[in-house]
Amino acid sequence: MSELFHVSSAPHVRAKDTTERIMLYVLLALMPTTVFGIFNFGYRALILILVTIASCVVSEWVYDKIVHKKNTVGDLSAVVTGLLLALNLPATLPWWEAAIGGVFAIIVVKMLFGGLGQNFMNPALGARCFLLIAFAADMTNYSIDSYTGATPLAAIRAGETVNAMDMLIGRTAGTIGETSTLCIVLGAIILIMLGVITLRIPGTYILTFVLFMAIFGGHGLDYQYLVAELCGGGLMLGAFFMATDYVTSPITPRGQILYGICLGILTGLFRVFGANAEGVSFAIILSNLLVPMLEKITVPSAFGQVKECKITEQIKKIRKGKEDKKDE
Amino acid sequence: MGLLTFKGGVHPVEGKELSKDKPITVLLPKGDLVYPLSQHIGAPAVPVVAVGDTVWKGQLIAEAGGFVSSPIYASVSGKVKAIEARRVATGDMVNSIVIENDGQYTEVEYEEVEDVTSLTPAEIIDRVKNAGVVGMGGAGFPTHVKLSPKEPDKIEYIIANCAECEPYLTSDYREMLENPAQLVGGMRIILRLFPNAKGVFSVENNKPECIAKLKELTEDEPRMEVVELMTKYPQGGERQLIYAVTGRAINSKMLPADAGCIVDNVETMIAVYRAVRLGRPVTNRVFTVTGDAVTDPKNFYFSIGTSFQELLDAAGGCKEQPEKMIAGGPMMGFALYGLDVPTTKTTSALLCMTKDEVRLANEQMTACINCGRCVEVCPETLIPSRLAKFSAIGDQENFEKWHGLECIECGSCSFICPAKRPLAQAIKTTKKQVLAAKRKK
Repeated sequence: MSELFHVSSAPHVRAKDTTERIMLYVLLALMPTTVFGIFNFGYRALILILVTIASCVVSEWVYDKIVHKKNTVGDLSAVVTGLLLALNLPATLPWWEAAIGGVFAIIVVKMLFGGLGQNFMNPALGARCFLLIAFAADMTNYSIDSYTGATPLAAIRAGETVNAMDMLIGRTAGTIGETSTLCIVLGAIILIMLGVITLRIPGTYILTFVLFMAIFGGHGLDYQYLVAELCGGGLMLGAFFMATDYVTSPITPRGQILYGICLGILTGLFRVFGANAEGVSFAIILSNLLVPMLEKITVPSAFGQVKECKITEQIKKIRKGKEDKKDE
Repeated sequence: MGLLTFKGGVHPVEGKELSKDKPITVLLPKGDLVYPLSQHIGAPAVPVVAVGDTVWKGQLIAEAGGFVSSPIYASVSGKVKAIEARRVATGDMVNSIVIENDGQYTEVEYEEVEDVTSLTPAEIIDRVKNAGVVGMGGAGFPTHVKLSPKEPDKIEYIIANCAECEPYLTSDYREMLENPAQLVGGMRIILRLFPNAKGVFSVENNKPECIAKLKELTEDEPRMEVVELMTKYPQGGERQLIYAVTGRAINSKMLPADAGCIVDNVETMIAVYRAVRLGRPVTNRVFTVTGDAVTDPKNFYFSIGTSFQELLDAAGGCKEQPEKMIAGGPMMGFALYGLDVPTTKTTSALLCMTKDEVRLANEQMTACINCGRCVEVCPETLIPSRLAKFSAIGDQENFEKWHGLECIECGSCSFICPAKRPLAQAIKTTKKQVLAAKRKK
């Protein structure tokens, strides 16, 4: 043969979305929330965001260097983790604590388990829970500038009333990214339009949670209470940006629905019966642990496969046994 | 009526505009012609000519090697130069008959049948068999076997696969526009074999001209129907097509006949018409030379056995350095090492892609991020990313448990994967291993 061409197995064309591009989409979708967070909480929020992103990216880069792995900073997943972590912190947190959080998220939760795609727990939330335990007081100090203390969730738990409009817009105390429901929903719409996420997980999560709270919340269908529970804490941010994390959610469609239900029930449990007003982070990282099992029990049957129910199988076996006996 | 389709699938760049408006031109070969003895599924054909023999166009040169096999006919006149192993498009060495073209194109006489209604079903199947008709869409399954199911009365649908869902290919499109009467004629002949069947022409809705033409021709045919399919890859996959048209789902262990269906593609149905009505064996077919690298993309009616190089030269060669040469379409075609290989009954296109067109396929792959896009697009509702993982660690047991053997190798998962992982490639490999292990048992 005179000249040799490049060969490879089919298919020879690919779709244009890449891993980096998906991460970029997520960053884009987080922009409204981020900008509002900085506007709401001031320069300290901006500093925290920059610190966590830097700490995540540097951790990943250093880890890759130390273990002689190919540099993976370019896939932008560390930036997403850093930003998400910052959005889950109160703006008052000392910057060095946030930096430790970033290191924990990347090194302990992600890289030690094999890096992108291998971690079993959402890195940002893993780090948040670590910080909650390590620096409990700083992590729950929400008083900054105009806001004095209690988040809407804590307020409603204490029996006070909260302004629903404030919660929708986000003019309340809380972590940097969780306060504005409007901005989060805007980001979620961007993600859905770009085909990054579907409504399976956040939809079932929110529905299950509302049902749970209506039944066990002790306030019935009280509109004020339900809106506060939905929009006053980390639920919206968690449902659309953290529960939908590809790596730590089931890949099977039915598994995703079960996962959403688990999240809703756990969040409700923690909020109604737990010691804290908040429960989203714990619900998500606990459900992350259920993912392998949820996937295993929801393997879809292949196209055109006749699903035999176990009982009919048994009946067939018994019948066959009888026939065999007759033959004898 | 809504558009018929299946669940899953992808939308690759169509690329059909390159060659879709180029009428079919007849191409007479110049160089030697090579006929691999195995260009169909089943036993290889057995040569009936010897080196030095003179053959005419349309003369039998190799007879079927069994029931599931197919004879091969010379597509030019000339001298048998050699019977030896030659490299074919897939890269294998296959025993082949080489004929030196004398440039005369002397043809044998064909035995035409004016009135096909005078033929019995057995005679029709015989004529199809003797003409060497195989599935010309790519699979190469001998058509006479397909047309002889156990219970012909139970066949309810004869589906003409006019989807042509592979991007870039336009040979079926041109055939439908230029030879629709022969296509309908082929359907009429096949319907004679199955008294209870309905003939359905299923066309993707990106070919409105074909739909209009076929509708016009089948107006007075009570047993025929034209349906519109959604344009989506792999709409022309046998199982997906059957599902779209009839709503019946079949799996890898079933034959279309189990769902009361027989599916033949455009080129095959036209070959049936030519075989039964005109007595012509399969010696020519329509072929598309296309791709951004080609100077003048074209559709040819060419002699089977011509080398890919000759076909490319006839289209004016390449205007820029191609990065990849593909026999077939970009989703399922074979990449060629070189062009000095023969065409067969099943080759429908030569695609010369530029670096730019295959750029994304060459992109660096990253770790799987579990995004689930492969699951969303899989037409067989599998979990490709997991199957690829099982394949990487050699876990054949779980591969089977997660239905890996149901894969139709359409490549949609690899296409959509944002991490650019070779999912379909890994699954194909393990599927072959599992099937080989099963055969041993």
